[in-house]
Amino acid sequence: MSQGDLLHVVTADDISDRRRFFGRAIVWGSALVVALVAALQTAQHLGYADFGFRTWRPVLYAYILWAACLCWSQVLIRGEHGKRTLFVLPAALFVVSLTVFPLLFGLVIAFSNWNLSSPLGRQFNGLDNVRQMWADPFYWNAMRNMVWYCLAILVEYAVAFGLALLLNAEIRARKFFRVAFLLPLMLSPVAVSWMIGKSMLEVRFGPVARFARWLGWDNPSFFGSPEIAKFTIMLLDAWTFIPFMMIMILAGLQAIPKELTEAAKVDGAGPWKSFWEITFPLMLPVSITAILIRIIFKLKLADIVINLTAGGPGGATDTVTSFIFREYRDRSNVGYGTLLAMVYLVIIIIAMTILMKLADRFARPRT
Amino acid sequence: MSEATFRNGDAERTSNAGRFASKTVIYLLLIAWAIVCLFPIYWTITTSFKTAANVMKGSLIPWWDYTPAWLGWRSLGLSPETIGAESTVRDEFMKRFFNSAITAISSSSIAVVLGSLAAYGLSRFSYKFGFMRNSDISFFFLSQLILPPVVLALPFLVLYKQLALLDTRIGLILLYTLTVLPIVIWIMRDQFQSIPTELEEAALVDGLSIWGAFFQIILPIALPGMVAAFILSLVLTWNEYFFAALLTSTHANTLPVMVASQTGSQGISWWSMAALSFAAILPLIVIGILLERYLIKGMTAGAVK
Repeated sequence: MSQGDLLHVVTADDISDRRRFFGRAIVWGSALVVALVAALQTAQHLGYADFGFRTWRPVLYAYILWAACLCWSQVLIRGEHGKRTLFVLPAALFVVSLTVFPLLFGLVIAFSNWNLSSPLGRQFNGLDNVRQMWADPFYWNAMRNMVWYCLAILVEYAVAFGLALLLNAEIRARKFFRVAFLLPLMLSPVAVSWMIGKSMLEVRFGPVARFARWLGWDNPSFFGSPEIAKFTIMLLDAWTFIPFMMIMILAGLQAIPKELTEAAKVDGAGPWKSFWEITFPLMLPVSITAILIRIIFKLKLADIVINLTAGGPGGATDTVTSFIFREYRDRSNVGYGTLLAMVYLVIIIIAMTILMKLADRFARPRT
Repeated sequence: MSEATFRNGDAERTSNAGRFASKTVIYLLLIAWAIVCLFPIYWTITTSFKTAANVMKGSLIPWWDYTPAWLGWRSLGLSPETIGAESTVRDEFMKRFFNSAITAISSSSIAVVLGSLAAYGLSRFSYKFGFMRNSDISFFFLSQLILPPVVLALPFLVLYKQLALLDTRIGLILLYTLTVLPIVIWIMRDQFQSIPTELEEAALVDGLSIWGAFFQIILPIALPGMVAAFILSLVLTWNEYFFAALLTSTHANTLPVMVASQTGSQGISWWSMAALSFAAILPLIVIGILLERYLIKGMTAGAVK
């Protein structure tokens, strides 16, 4: 990362001490307000006194006030430099308060037994959740499923690459095909799971079932056996997300200079050879980006599973997300679900770091 | 000489035949995949005009093997006979529709505003927040992408309950903004990096402030990128189901939750489900057809350097 600003601005600020003092005062003053409101709220929550706060909203408002004061004070204290900070600070504050705080809070919940519908409230239970998780076959089954789902991305990638090559060929009506190929990405997965999963795959009269029967599959059932159900979910998810990879690869293909492929043709390389020797290696960086982003989206896969199979048959189609969703819906215990999610996050971070390192090493020597 | 001409012509003829064959294969494959992509949409539209008997027979083509009926749309209160009359189902549907529209549009707008500012700052100035420098801050923003929603879902459920934000549109908007913000920053950073800094330097010399230069010079140039980011966010937030299913119950339900809740009811009425699904996907189909250029721009940002 280069040091120093890309955009050089000469500034001549003279900020008076009073202005500086005022800037600090509003930050600390509003922070004091937050602390005070939070203290009052805690007092009421623990039953010491009643100030008429029904919810924690006042704390939220105080926090927003503090955030606004912090942004304002940047300009007051640091002048032009503060105005620059103002570009990034709102987004940073937003993300920090909406992820870091809930994550820390989540860590607390993860080690407790907290049934939202029971009046007992949160009870710290140490490592009980960890022990339960360790012995929970369905959770690890869901993890294994995620590995399978992620492996399916390689096939999706191959299909997407093929489609991108087709779209990159000299064809008429390219715009029509591009829009048509893009449409599945626009559709809501919930609607897709109904339109295709429930309606078109209907065993008796769904068109796909009819087609399968016509092809000679006597008794088509798409969610009957565990393997087929998993395969069907993979297909549905692939259907929605192949356009995404396709578009990225197509952009990469269009960025390859025409001279390269033409030079290969002059040198007598057939289309097969020129693809493997020129196009594919050049596409490696784009491919890796596309696959990594696709993995990130795949790890969030839940809505199709929740709506179509609810994890069945026997947990064969469960993703981690859908499993935790059901775990909460069935028992309304937030503690255990949060622990599962936290463990999932740790595994994802480790796996993604390794993948990114590998991808880096894999892509670098050739580019 | 003549032999060479002959051989050349021969080679040309075979290559012509080969080209014709490969063209045919390409078009066949293209059409086959177009059918794979478009048939489900066609199926949904046609099913919304079917009656029970048509569905059972598996009729495919309207007017040819079945007569279209308004059954599905009547159940939503959107058929020609019912559109003028009072209809609780339609009110319900419109409420969900507007919930979806409001949450999707406002969260995308907030994300585009916050994200563009942050991306601009990160592409132009060097910052130091504690130990974090520009690359760390960028990484911090982008790393939010790998945070799976399920990790935030349950803590948010509890927090929102305490803050009385459960089942409100504001609660959903905040979360949706958070989920699309990294994508917006990713797209906008790419966009701003492609704009030369000389432009602002000239503007600063002419006496504009940094923010003035940003609003008057840079924003108009970066507008296509912002539209791209906005539309991509819109698609993602309009279709979001997981948070909406967990955090809303009666007031702030979005359209996907409504679609999902219908499937469980006894004896699926295919036609009304089809009508509802089609109504849910229609806005995005329209956007996809009209603004496909921007969508592609958004998705390919940062992919090709």
